[in-house]
Amino acid sequence: MKKIVLSVIAGVLAMSVGIAEAKDWKKIRIATEGAYPPFNLVDADGKLAGFEIDLANALCEQMKAKCTLVKQDWDGMIPALKAKKFDMIMASMSITDERKQQVDFSDWYYRMPAQFVAKKGSGLVISAEGLKGKTIGVQRETVSDKFLTDNFGSVADIKRYATQDEVYLDLTAGRLDGYIADIIVSRDAFLSKPEGQDYEFVGPQFSDEKWFGEGIGAAIRKEDKDLTEKFNKALAELVANGKYKEIAAKYPDFDAYIRK
Amino acid sequence: MDFSAIWQNFDLYLGGLRLTLELVSGCLALGLTLAVPLGVLAVYGPLWVRVPIGIYSYCFRGTPLLVQMFLIYYGLGQFEAVQQSIFWPVLKEAYWCALISFTLNTGAYTVEIIRGAVATMPHGEIEAARACGMSTLLMLRRIVLPSALRRALPAYGNEVIFMLQGSSIASIITLVDLTGAARIINSRYYLPFEAFLTAGLLYMAITFVLVGGFRLLERRWFAHLRPREG
Repeated sequence: MKKIVLSVIAGVLAMSVGIAEAKDWKKIRIATEGAYPPFNLVDADGKLAGFEIDLANALCEQMKAKCTLVKQDWDGMIPALKAKKFDMIMASMSITDERKQQVDFSDWYYRMPAQFVAKKGSGLVISAEGLKGKTIGVQRETVSDKFLTDNFGSVADIKRYATQDEVYLDLTAGRLDGYIADIIVSRDAFLSKPEGQDYEFVGPQFSDEKWFGEGIGAAIRKEDKDLTEKFNKALAELVANGKYKEIAAKYPDFDAYIRK
Repeated sequence: MDFSAIWQNFDLYLGGLRLTLELVSGCLALGLTLAVPLGVLAVYGPLWVRVPIGIYSYCFRGTPLLVQMFLIYYGLGQFEAVQQSIFWPVLKEAYWCALISFTLNTGAYTVEIIRGAVATMPHGEIEAARACGMSTLLMLRRIVLPSALRRALPAYGNEVIFMLQGSSIASIITLVDLTGAARIINSRYYLPFEAFLTAGLLYMAITFVLVGGFRLLERRWFAHLRPREG
């Protein structure tokens, strides 16, 4: 019995070593949320689309890898990466110190500030005084959430949502006085839509590195340094040959927020 | 395994525990109040009462609790008319939306439990009551309800536990109940195992108390069915 157990353990160990060694990154599984337009979304045909999807496909071509895109809920994305459900996250994840303790990040591939949104003429003032007693929405465990919690958590009533879409729903239903999110996401997915007509940006744009990090990068397991290097090299090549800029040009007013 | 983050944030869990208990006890009390008369009417009422009760019970048992909560929270909130109505101060709050959907849901199941217990009254007891000249109301109060509620107890105990576990979906509409607390800890510290295990253990502890409570009640209410001692 003991022998059987031992040989099973040995077998499992050998297999896991085998898996670890067999990575030549010909096949890469990339996770994205699919609920953060225009960066990642599910289009009318039910397929993943958006800037990050286009970029991922171009990068994979550059890395000569076959990529599979996986749709994964934002909650639990990092634990799922560590549990090897996929090899990489490209889901508009900001590079922050806390996340760096868990995973490695590639070089940033876009960055932009965050800003509050409120009803037109609401007179919402973005300060500890102005946000006192106000109900502010945010997507859970985003850099905006961290920023909001650290700066206004003691005065404002913060409501955390699993997806950004639910934030828009509750804002238009009048349950929120405002929300905070990345500016392009707000503009593309909400303010430019009919339901966002009565809403506007309020207050300054926030991009303090302490909360918002150095930008958006791909998250990769710490032990897969070779993949991170590969990714960075491919990204640099796409920037150099103009392909990266070409992809970004498909999205309006994106130019200010990409690598140069 | 790293539980230090859990201990540091244990007050978050305690707040979640409180909200869970509040929501579950609230909806159970309201649901039972709703279900007892409806359950009796579903057997003794006239057809025009029995049919709507049947429809209510069918609709709420025929759809998932999650869907009902979404309909009430996100669905109703999209209508101008609802936002202008006097109900909006209540429907605006996630807390009340959760409580309303939980109440309607547990009510529907409990109606069915009570209806079943009332409908399966031994026929002889009913005939005896009638023969004594009892009116329907008196018979319900003295004969049918005491017996039916007693027989409904084991099934209802199950419903209470289902409702406790079902209440975890309140976390989806921004409420920080036990599951909501675990979600926050999970996303803040990336500790899915520890965060949800803690919540799970707390749910288990509540269930343990509930099961014990129902055992005690059963001992008391079914005392006449136990073999005599000594």
